[in-house]
Amino acid sequence: MAHDLYRRTPPGQHPPNRFDGYKSTASRSPTRPAVVLPQTLSEITGPLRRDERLGAQENDLTRQRMGEPLGERIVVHGRVVDEAGRPVPNALVEIWQCNAAGRYHHPGDQHDAPLDPNFYGGGRARADDNGAYRFVTIKPGAYPWGNHKNAWRPAHIHFSLFGPAFATRLITQMYFPNDPLLAYDPIYNSVPERARHRLQAAFDMDGTQPEWALAYEFDIVLRGRNATPMENGHG
Amino acid sequence: MADGLTPSQTIGPFYWGSLVSGYRADLAPAGVAGERIELALTLYDADGAVVPDGLIEIWQANSHGRYNHPEDRRNLPLDTGFEGFGRASADTSGTARFATVRPGRVPWPEGGLQAPHINISIFARGVLNRLATRLYFEGDPALATDPVLKLVDPARRSTLLATCDAAGVWCLPIHLGGDRETVFFDC
Ligand SMILES: [Fe+2]
Repeated sequence: MAHDLYRRTPPGQHPPNRFDGYKSTASRSPTRPAVVLPQTLSEITGPLRRDERLGAQENDLTRQRMGEPLGERIVVHGRVVDEAGRPVPNALVEIWQCNAAGRYHHPGDQHDAPLDPNFYGGGRARADDNGAYRFVTIKPGAYPWGNHKNAWRPAHIHFSLFGPAFATRLITQMYFPNDPLLAYDPIYNSVPERARHRLQAAFDMDGTQPEWALAYEFDIVLRGRNATPMENGHG
Repeated sequence: MADGLTPSQTIGPFYWGSLVSGYRADLAPAGVAGERIELALTLYDADGAVVPDGLIEIWQANSHGRYNHPEDRRNLPLDTGFEGFGRASADTSGTARFATVRPGRVPWPEGGLQAPHINISIFARGVLNRLATRLYFEGDPALATDPVLKLVDPARRSTLLATCDAAGVWCLPIHLGGDRETVFFDC
């Protein structure tokens, strides 16, 4: 019997591929069930991006341009862990977001809100040995997106993680607590109700830096390994 | 907070900055061993329209069939400068292009070898979960005995086969839905 290194994900964790409230899923979601693949070397290996050298300012999105961007400066930090709570050491964390006015520095974004020449909105961080990562950025604004009448995305930061294997790859979005737009957002609400709160950062008073910036804590949980037969044998 | 997996969300249309600076469409610098190949992966939606805003990542073994990763403990050569990871955005015609080397064969857990293949991740606006598929090379004699292709309905296997065009580029259309929907894997 093949033994999968990474735990199979039970239902109820991720959104369905097709979610009627999110219109563009209709033509972009497979309708046939995915073929279940035993995890081979192709799935249990994956890019670790260890050779990727990060610049000193890459995790500080407020210091990448000539001046400081407008908006509310925040610290976003947390840990990358697996399902058993074990750290994913040295994980590469990539983020991107719109500016404080709700506009992306992207040619496709035509929202009538100002660009900020001091904010590009992309950052990378390397987690430490305990899986801890940290960014300094500004709080992103809400923006309209045309999915339905008067549709607004709640403030969010996009996150991309590789984890240790092809099987653990994840792209997600971090939201802010108590945002009234969450209740109306089909992308957030595509996630099964029990799991949604995992996409909300926690306000972190302890991490807040006096006279400087509020802090938010966002832990990211990637797929973990199955217990090995030896671990089973020892209970 | 950490009471379960972090759920997946769409990449959205405006991925930028860190992702873009991390693009790597040319995986194999000069000196890397193996047959040089070019790939053109084209995304289509269920209606057959191109998907011009998708992001495609590839992950592959080197020409010796060795993954650059600690889980691959076999005594096969690693190539300096070849990680095996590529990332490129689809252009306005829905196509993401890569230059790399043809991968070698990697083992199947129950014995034997898999046919040469490239592992693919697809992200796009309207795609809530990463879609995982594979690219195989049409005409490869190893296809006939590949254990993964055996898991796939024979009528749909061709959705995983890249074909070599007149210019020598390996082309694979990837259909997110519709009659020609690509086979995606749950790994
Ligand atoms: Fe966004």
